[in-house]
Amino acid sequence: MGTSVAQTFNSTQVGHEQSGAGVEVAMNAVTKVRVEKLELSYGTYKALHGISIKIPAKQVTAFIGPSGCGKSTFLRTMNRMNDLIPGVSISGSVHIDEQDIYAPGIDLIELRKRVGMVFQKSNPFPKSIFDNVAYGPRIHGLRNRDELAAIVQKSLERADLWREVRDRLHTSALDLSGGQQQRLCIARALAVNPEVLLMDEPASALDPRSTAKIEELIGELRSDYTIVIVTHNMQQAARVSDTTAFFYEGNLIEHGPTKQLFTKPTEKQTEDYITGRFG
Amino acid sequence: MRASSLPEVTATQVADQSIVKARSSRPALAQPWSELVFVLLARTIIVSALCILVVLVGSIIVDGAARLTWSFLTSFPSRKAENAGILAAWTGSLWLLVLTVVFALPVGVGAAVYLEEYAEKGRFARLVELCIANLAGVPSVIYGLLGLQVFVRALYFERSVLSGALTLSLLVLPIIIMASREALRTVPKGYREGALALGATRWQTTYSQVLPAALPGIATGCILAFSRAIGETAPLVTLGALTYVARVPDSLFAAFTALPIQAFNWLSRPQPEFHMNAAAAITVLLVLMLALNVVAIVLRTRFQKRQR
Repeated sequence: MGTSVAQTFNSTQVGHEQSGAGVEVAMNAVTKVRVEKLELSYGTYKALHGISIKIPAKQVTAFIGPSGCGKSTFLRTMNRMNDLIPGVSISGSVHIDEQDIYAPGIDLIELRKRVGMVFQKSNPFPKSIFDNVAYGPRIHGLRNRDELAAIVQKSLERADLWREVRDRLHTSALDLSGGQQQRLCIARALAVNPEVLLMDEPASALDPRSTAKIEELIGELRSDYTIVIVTHNMQQAARVSDTTAFFYEGNLIEHGPTKQLFTKPTEKQTEDYITGRFG
Repeated sequence: MRASSLPEVTATQVADQSIVKARSSRPALAQPWSELVFVLLARTIIVSALCILVVLVGSIIVDGAARLTWSFLTSFPSRKAENAGILAAWTGSLWLLVLTVVFALPVGVGAAVYLEEYAEKGRFARLVELCIANLAGVPSVIYGLLGLQVFVRALYFERSVLSGALTLSLLVLPIIIMASREALRTVPKGYREGALALGATRWQTTYSQVLPAALPGIATGCILAFSRAIGETAPLVTLGALTYVARVPDSLFAAFTALPIQAFNWLSRPQPEFHMNAAAAITVLLVLMLALNVVAIVLRTRFQKRQR
C-alpha cells in the first residue's frame, strides 16, 4: 500500500508542478481557515479532541484517516452543519479569514454561502437540472431570469457538465448518471460563489472513470477556491491535494505537504496508516 | 462514527446475527409444503374477505337501487318514504367535509412540520408523539362528547355545521399529523442537507424541498382521514345532529344533518320502505368516499410523475 501510494504520487507529480514544488510553498500560503483547539462531543461521546489546523487558501487540503476518525465531523464544523445534530457541543474556535464562525450572532446563511459543501452521496433535488443549479441564487433573492441563466451556465461549465446537459437543462436531474449527479452538486455549490468548498468523500460512490473526472475537476477548481476534501482513498489524496492531514481517533496526528506526508511522515501512526499496517 | 470505538464487539455481533439469519432462512427452503399452506391460507382469506365485501356492497346497491333517482338527491326528508330525499344530508356532508379540511389540514400538517422539522427531539417531543398516537385510537363517541361540551355548550355554537366540522376536525387531526409525519420522515436527508448547505433557512428548506417531496404521502394520508370523517356517525349523533332538518345549510351556524346520520335515522324506523331509503343513502355515501379515494390516487401519481 505504502509503495503504491508513493508511486502514484511520483507518477502524478508532473501535473502538479506547483503543489509538488515543496514544503515551504504549501505551508507558507495564506491561511484561509484557522482552527484552534476544536473539541466536539455528541452527548457524552467525544468525537474531536482539540484540533488545531491552518488550511491554506486556494489549495487542496485532504483529510485522510480510518473510518470514524472524525474527519467528516471535523469537515462539517467548517460550515456548521453539525449544528443540525441534536446533542452536539463544540468548544474552541474556527476562523475563516479571521472571522470566528462560532461567535454569537454569526449569520449562518452568509457563512454557508461562503463555505459550500458537496456530500458523499450525491443529492440533487428532484427538480430539473436548471432548477438545481439555480436553487442557491434563487433562495438568496436573485429573480432575474437572464442573470440566473448566466449563473447556471457558468457553474455547469466550471463543473465540466455544461456540454453534456446543455440540451436538456429542463429535464429531471435524477435522470443523470451518478458521476454527472455529483458534478451537478458541485455546480450547485459553485452557483452561490463560495470561497471554500468542502467535499465529503465526493467520489466514494462513483466508478473509476467518474472518479477521475471529479479529481480532474478538483485540479481545475483549486486555483479559485480553497478546497477541503475528505477521502478514504490515499491515492486520491496523493493525486489531488497540496497538503494532507491525517486524523486518528478524533485527533489530528499530522498535517503537512502531501508529498512529505506520504513519503517522509514524521509521526509513527501516520507511517503505519499509509503503509497499510492498520486502517 | 461511534461504533468505531468498539470495533471488535460490533464485528462479532454482526457475524453472530448473520449466522442466525442464515439458519432461520433455511427451513423455508427445506419445507416447501409449509410455505404452500401459508400461501393457500392467505389466498383463501383474501378471497373470502373480498367476497364478503362484494356481497355487502352488492346487497346495499340492490336494496337501494329502486330509490336512487334524481328526485331522491334533490328532495328533503319526508314522512312518506317514497317522497323522502337526501338533499339536506348530502349538502350537510359536503359542508362538513369542506369545513373539516379547512380547519384540520393547516393545523395538522403544520403540527407535523413543526414536530418533524423544528421541534427538539427530546422527552417532551416523545410525550407529544405518544399522546397523538393515543388520541388516534380514542373512540369517536368521545370526540362527540367533547364537541358537545366545548363547541355546542361552552362556545354556544349550538348544533351547527360549525360544531360538527370542528368535532370532526379534532377526530381526524391525530391521523393527519401521524400520516404527515410519516411522509416527512421518508424525505431523504440529502434534500435537507443540500438546501441548508447552500445557505437556505430552515423554512426555505422545508417549503421548497421537504414539503414538495412529502406531498404525495401527506395528500394520501389526509384524504384517507377525510374520507373517514365523512363516514362518521357517532360523534355527530352525540352532538345532537340526529334531527329532522329540511333545509340546505346556508351558514356556519345552520342546523345540519349528514348522510350517515340520515341513513341511521331511516334504518331505525320500522317501515321497510325507509330501509330502502337508507340503502340508497349509503350507496351515495359510498360513491362519495370512493371518489375521494380516487382523488387521492390521482394526486399521488401526478405528484410522483412531476417529481421524477
